[in-house]
Amino acid sequence: MSTIEVKSITKKYGDFTAVREASLAVKAGEVVCLLGPSGCGKTTTLRMIAGLERATEGDVIIAGKRMNELSPEKRNIAMVFQFYALYPALSVGDNIAMPLHFEKLSKEDTAKRVNKVAKILHLTEVLERMPGQVSEGEKQRIAVARAIVRDPNCFLFDEPLSRLDVELRHSMRGQIKEVLSNLSKATVIVTHDQLEALTMADRIAIMKDGMIEQVGTPHEVFAKPANVFVASFIGTPQMNLMEADLKSFGKGVADVTLAGSKVEMAADPAVSTLKPSKVMIGIRPRAFTTHDKAGHDTIHAQAELIEPMGAETLIHARTKTGGDIRVVVQRDKRVKIGEILHLKPDPKQTHFFGENGKAVRS
Amino acid sequence: MASTVSILERLGFRKASGVSEAGWWRTLIVGIVSLVYFTPVLFIIFTAFKPQTQALDVPPRLVPTTLFGLIPDKYAFVPTIENFGSVFSRVMTPGGSPEATGFDRFFFNSVAISSVSVFLALIIGTLAAYGFSRFPLKGNDTYLFIILTTRMLPAIVVIIPVILMFRVVGLSGSYVGITLLYTAFNLAFTIWMMKSFFDELSPDVEDAARIDGSSEPRVFFKVCLPQVVAGLAATFVFGLILTWNEFLFALLLTGPDTRTVPVAMNQAVSSGGRGTDWTLLASIETLFLIPVFLVTFFLQDHLLRGVTFGTVKR
Repeated sequence: MSTIEVKSITKKYGDFTAVREASLAVKAGEVVCLLGPSGCGKTTTLRMIAGLERATEGDVIIAGKRMNELSPEKRNIAMVFQFYALYPALSVGDNIAMPLHFEKLSKEDTAKRVNKVAKILHLTEVLERMPGQVSEGEKQRIAVARAIVRDPNCFLFDEPLSRLDVELRHSMRGQIKEVLSNLSKATVIVTHDQLEALTMADRIAIMKDGMIEQVGTPHEVFAKPANVFVASFIGTPQMNLMEADLKSFGKGVADVTLAGSKVEMAADPAVSTLKPSKVMIGIRPRAFTTHDKAGHDTIHAQAELIEPMGAETLIHARTKTGGDIRVVVQRDKRVKIGEILHLKPDPKQTHFFGENGKAVRS
Repeated sequence: MASTVSILERLGFRKASGVSEAGWWRTLIVGIVSLVYFTPVLFIIFTAFKPQTQALDVPPRLVPTTLFGLIPDKYAFVPTIENFGSVFSRVMTPGGSPEATGFDRFFFNSVAISSVSVFLALIIGTLAAYGFSRFPLKGNDTYLFIILTTRMLPAIVVIIPVILMFRVVGLSGSYVGITLLYTAFNLAFTIWMMKSFFDELSPDVEDAARIDGSSEPRVFFKVCLPQVVAGLAATFVFGLILTWNEFLFALLLTGPDTRTVPVAMNQAVSSGGRGTDWTLLASIETLFLIPVFLVTFFLQDHLLRGVTFGTVKR
């Protein structure tokens, strides 16, 4: 079985802890994205799975076998590097054939396998060339071809698309997803691009400061962020996170002071466990409806900056307390600078975070 | 690809397209500067072909031909290869018959000692450099600095302790002794050169090889070494030139059988008590040039890449 299991691994470099007790399980055929800002330890985690770094603590289990002490060549994994790491002295074909060469496969079988993956990734024409003579997109495909040419336990991708331009990135995303879906291996992809993670992953693990903050499907991490960090990290434009005073909670309705407006909003019953105190409320920019008149459930704000985004328009508005609030409205809704907006948040898309930053949900 | 490479280019000659790219003026200036640099070498080579009596003529006889009368007779000489014969066999005592000078042996010594020592230094030094580059120890830089200090002093400063050590160990005058000494001297240079080449390589490529199933020795031999061929060539040629021309240690640490050409040259020219035999000296030098010239010629492409490595953004 092609699975990866990481059990509370920690990596320390001297006093610095790069990864702290990260745990993750990847099933066969599943694609998990490690997503996080740069320096959060996602690449280190990947390198520990690959065996290029030794875990200070914890276990790495690949295909049901504990592999902590095994060197990378004995783990039977395939990895695609951020800078492709093609062998500069070898032709494209030889580059792809290299893993098979190490497996001591016969020449005919090697040629057969190389031609097969070259066909899948449209590399047949460049097999004879040297890595210096191919385009950036082709280099990327060569790196992928070299990974899928053999039959590894699992696949690891380190920022596979970060060096491509926007258009190529778009098409490669689809191609990689297609290739992976035909292989049914456990796959881990490291990326700092949330769009990449949301589109390619079956599940996303969001990391910050060496810790995994949340693991869930793209839908879950978007709709139910576990804490303030995940809420702010996932989704563009960024979620509005505002401090609020929770006055009381009863009958499914929370009474809060939010950005200078008294607002009654429907909330999850679990909010009742919060003491009346400072809370953090998160509302996605697309979760507002604008109203002409102030109501008991609206927030008062003044439009300050308007950014048309095509189908939608992004409005930066100033609240009574001087805070910034981002609102996305449909293109046909005309808003002028200086206009007063009465924003009604959608209760289903409103998130309460307690003082510890964790989401409050039943 | 292969069909466009002419035989000349394969032999190492470059394409003559340079003029049109650089323009005639620049080509001319470069040509003049090159000629200034090359004149002494050319003069020595010509002298090797001059009759002994014409070697020191003033004005000097510059060319081996009158070019069908274009050049006045007094500037031309009639080439002869007699001098080359006398390198290997000549009359050593006045009135005696020609005897072997042993120069064939000395040439063999020079080739053997310098190539073995440079190769040894290259093997040991490359491995050491890889270690220094990839598996740094505590105090890595200190070790590298200590290695460099061996080249900071002029040879003459360390010659006395070295002679004493060689006496005690009994290496004086032996092949092993001088070869090891040269190896040690070349090591510092080799390690520093090769380390900078390994530092330039992307460690990702090695990681990729490890993932692809390559063991550590194979990472080194199959992945790293092919990428530093230019560096190996450059280091080899520089080391070879340094060793090939070395005089002081060879003078003091080789015996009659293990003598290298620079030492033998000195003795051949100054012995006999008839003043300096310039044509003999010139012919030895001409022969002495050939091996280094050939090596450099065949490695020139690598050499160029090796020397500019790291200074030019790839």
